[in-house]
Amino acid sequence: MHELSLVASLFDVIECHVKEQNPKAVTRVRVQLGRMSGVVPELFETAFDTYKKGTLAEDAELEIVVVPVKARCRSCRRIFRPAPDAYSCPHCGSDRWKLLEGTDIVLEKIEIEI
Amino acid sequence: MKRGTPPAPQTRAGRPAVSRSRRKEILVREEILGTNRKVAAELRKRFEERGVLAVNMISSPGAGKTSLLEALADRVKGRFRMAVIEGDIETERDAERIRRKGVPARQITTGGACHLEAKMIGKVIPSIPGDVELLFIENVGNLVCPASFDLGESLRLVLLSSPEGDDKPKKYPEAFLSADVLIISKADLFPHLPFDAARAAREALDVNPRLLVFVVSALTGQGLPEFVEFLAARLAALRHA
Repeated sequence: MHELSLVASLFDVIECHVKEQNPKAVTRVRVQLGRMSGVVPELFETAFDTYKKGTLAEDAELEIVVVPVKARCRSCRRIFRPAPDAYSCPHCGSDRWKLLEGTDIVLEKIEIEI
Repeated sequence: MKRGTPPAPQTRAGRPAVSRSRRKEILVREEILGTNRKVAAELRKRFEERGVLAVNMISSPGAGKTSLLEALADRVKGRFRMAVIEGDIETERDAERIRRKGVPARQITTGGACHLEAKMIGKVIPSIPGDVELLFIENVGNLVCPASFDLGESLRLVLLSSPEGDDKPKKYPEAFLSADVLIISKADLFPHLPFDAARAAREALDVNPRLLVFVVSALTGQGLPEFVEFLAARLAALRHA
């Protein structure tokens, strides 16, 4: 539901990175969506297509990479992927762990035409 | 192309050299919510320097955030100066409920947005009394989107009311994952519902082992004294940091 405001922030970040290059167009945008970022890829795509109209990225293609959740067990130090129904460490059973990735929304790269 | 452009230079083969477009890749690797996080970090610094404990409250609509605040207003009266920022899509109703308790409240109506963002908080801070000690920010009722937005709070609460069911934490993990405290609300309804508070707490702790859990009823006052003491301890810790 909040994908449109995220896309608005995405465009702010894009603008910040391309404005010095004065591009003719932004042709491709690659975004990493954490599996637990609270963002639905389909909705993000729809929001992107709506927002891009009339901007430099009007014809840009959005590429979404979904990043799985990764955690490190604080007891056995091993890295694992918490499943939606099993958050404890599958190796030693500990419930003390630290999230490493899978919650962020990252603009990875932009392709521009100059 | 503008008129009056000089003719394109000829290549050796005699064909015009088209000013060919070139594609270029820019590596960014930047968090999209970076701007919100920056604004939130500034707010947090400001709150903590002034000895204000800012609390962000997240839950689905109707979980009892406003009722909890009304009950807290009665309990902290004369002990702590409290203020509330209310986030809703429309209406001034929640702020009015809080003001009736003698607590300053500022309503933010998002006009459709499903969450509050740090810059919205920054905008209303000037209208919050400067001597406030407990500042509650009641987020828009939504168990999903508000979890992504840091508001500069020092403490994040997630409320789960008994009628919602004890299976919610794993179905909506983001909100539970990002919170410091889980409040299981509407404890007065336990006898009437197939709600298992222990299971709700277990599910939430599975998602986030560092959650502190309080079981409360704004109606009967159950669990409120403990929760107020917890807030008092956090406020004291923040001031002595």
